[in-house]
Amino acid sequence: MHLLEAREIRKIYRLGDIDVPALDGVSATIEKGEFMAIMGPSGSGKSTFMNILGCLDKPTGGQYLLEGIDVAKLDRDERAAIRNKKIGFVFQGYNLLPRTSAVENVELPMLYNGLSLRERRQRSMAALGSVGLEGREYHHTSQLSGGQQQRVAIARALVNRAPILLADEPTGNLDTKTSVEIMELLKKLNNEANITIILVTHEADIAAFCRRTMRFLDGRIISDERNA
Amino acid sequence: MINIPSTLRIAFRALKVNKTRSALTMLGIIIGVGAVIAMLAVGTGASRRIAEQISSMGSNLIMILPGATTAGGVRMGAGTQPTLTMGDAEAILKECQAVADVAPVLNGIAQVVYGHQNWSTGVVGTTPSMLQVRDWPIASGRTFTDQDVKSATKVCLLGQTVIDNLFGDVDPVGQTVRIKKIPFTVLGVLARKGQSPTGQDQDDTIYVPVTTAQKKLFGTSFPGMVRIIMVKAKSTDDLSDAERQITDLLRQRHRIGPKQENDFTVRNLTQIMKTSEQSSRVMTLLLGAIASVSLIVGGIGIMNIMLVSVTERTREIGIRMAVGAKTWDIRLQFIIEALTLSLIGGVAGVVIGVTISEILSTLSGWPTIVSTFSILLAFGFSGMVGIFFGFYPAYKASLLDPIEALRFE
Repeated sequence: MHLLEAREIRKIYRLGDIDVPALDGVSATIEKGEFMAIMGPSGSGKSTFMNILGCLDKPTGGQYLLEGIDVAKLDRDERAAIRNKKIGFVFQGYNLLPRTSAVENVELPMLYNGLSLRERRQRSMAALGSVGLEGREYHHTSQLSGGQQQRVAIARALVNRAPILLADEPTGNLDTKTSVEIMELLKKLNNEANITIILVTHEADIAAFCRRTMRFLDGRIISDERNA
Repeated sequence: MINIPSTLRIAFRALKVNKTRSALTMLGIIIGVGAVIAMLAVGTGASRRIAEQISSMGSNLIMILPGATTAGGVRMGAGTQPTLTMGDAEAILKECQAVADVAPVLNGIAQVVYGHQNWSTGVVGTTPSMLQVRDWPIASGRTFTDQDVKSATKVCLLGQTVIDNLFGDVDPVGQTVRIKKIPFTVLGVLARKGQSPTGQDQDDTIYVPVTTAQKKLFGTSFPGMVRIIMVKAKSTDDLSDAERQITDLLRQRHRIGPKQENDFTVRNLTQIMKTSEQSSRVMTLLLGAIASVSLIVGGIGIMNIMLVSVTERTREIGIRMAVGAKTWDIRLQFIIEALTLSLIGGVAGVVIGVTISEILSTLSGWPTIVSTFSILLAFGFSGMVGIFFGFYPAYKASLLDPIEALRFE
C-alpha cells in the first residue's frame, strides 16, 4: 500500500458558467519517508494538487487514497479528523495565531483531539525543542523573527506525530540564509523521523534539497524525477 | 468528538486577546441586566410597601358613607347628606349575619392643646369596637368603654404622632388635654400604625366616644347622626354577603322604594385594596418587561460584534480547520465566546443593578427588594441571549471553506 496514491485526479472549478479544469488527470504515488518538491508556473495546478493531498479539498474525478482510504468518500468532519492526525501544514505566511505564545500555537492541533493540559504542554515543549526554539516557548508571535515563526509552524505540524508534512512555499517570505536553515531542518526531520515531506516551491535551489521533483503544467504532471 | 474543557479554553483565550472589544460588547448586556434587576427591585419594593399599608388598615373592611355616589354623579358626592345614624349602626350589628363588628364615626378637625404645645389633628368620635374593626391595639393605658359612650364622658385615646408633637417623652396616660378648649382625660395610647395606602399619617389622630363628639365637639343639628359607619365582616368570604345584607337593611330602614337610589354608599375597602395590590404587581412586571428590551438590544450588540469578529478571524478559522477543527468545534467555540460575554456581562449587570437599587432606595425612602428569583431570572435571560445571538455568527463561521479562509487577507 502506498502512503499517498493519486489515480487520474481531476478537479474542475465552476466560475459563473465556465468550467475551469485545474487538474486534468493526475496520477502519482508517494511512499513513506519521501522528500519531494512540486514545481510549476502559476495556474499549473500544483496548489490544487496540494490541497487535495492535504484533504482540504476533494477531487471532482478520479481517486485519492491516503493510507489506502478513499478520501472522496469522507465527509467534512471526517476529513478534518484525518488532517488532525495525519497531516501537518506549513504555509508561506506561517499562519500562526496572533497575540498568542509559541507554545500555545504549537498546542493548537492537540486542542481538537482532547489531550490533557499536561500532555499538551509536554509535547509542545518537545516539538519546540526539536526545531531549535528552546527558551523561546513563551514568546508571542510578534516577538519572533520570520524564521522563528516558521519553526513554530513546523513544530505545530509535528506535534500530533503526523506522518505527512505539506509545505506551501515554506521559504517564500524568508531571506536566503534563513531559507537554508529551514530547509536543513526539514531535511533533518525527514532523515531522522522519517516524516514524508512534500513541498511546493518556485525556486530550484530549494527544490535541490529534496530527493524527488515533480513538475506541473496546465493541470498535468509533465515530469517526475529523482534528484541525484 | 467535542472536548468541552478545551473549547472553553479556546473561547476564553480568544476573548482575552481582545479585552477592550470584549468589554464594550458586554456593555449592552450589563446595562440590560442592571436595568431589569433595578426595575424589578423597585416594583417589588413598592408592592411590598403597599401590601404592608393595606394590612395596616385592618382586614375585611366595609365603609358606609351617607349620600349616593351615582345619583347626580359629581354633584352630590358621598358623605354630604345626613342620612346615617347610630341606630343604623346598631341595627347592622344586630341584623346582618355576615357582620362581625360595627363602629360608627363622627369626625372632624380640632385643635388639641397640652401645656404650651398645640396641635391640629383629626378627632374621631367612635365606639370601642373601632379598635377591633381596625385591628388597632392599645400601646399603653386602656380604651374607653360602652359606658363612656352612654355617658359621653370626656376621655380620649391619642395616636403616636399627636403624642410626639404634644408630649415629647412625657407619658400622656392620665394627663389632661384640651380639645376645642374642652378638657379631656387621656385614657390610653394607640399603637403605631404608619402611613395609609393613600399616604395619610394614621397616627395623627385622637379617638373619643362618639356621643361626646356629637354633643360637645361637633354638635350637629341631627342628634344621633354619624358621618361614617365602619363594618368588619366575619371573614373575607363573607364580604359580599355583608355588603348585600347591609344594603338591604339600610334601604328598609331609610324607606327607600324599589325604584329609588340608595341614599348611602357601601364601599368594600378590601376589594379596593386588593385591586391596587394587583395593579402594583402588574406595574412591576411591566417595568421589568420594558427593561428586558435593553437586554435584547444588548444581545443584538453581541451578535454584531461576533459577526465582525468572525470576519476578522477568517484566516484564524481557516488555520483551525486545517489542523483538524470540525464543524461543531468551530460553532461551539463562537457560541461559548458569546455565552461567556453575556454571562460575565450578566454578573456585572447584577452587581450594578443591586447597587442602583440600593441608591434609589436610599434616595427615595421607599424600599427596593432584590429577590433571588430576579437575579436568577436576569442571569438566565442573559445566558439565553448569549446563546441565541451567538448562534448565527457561529454558524457562519463553521461554514467557511478552509482553503478560501486561508487565503483571506
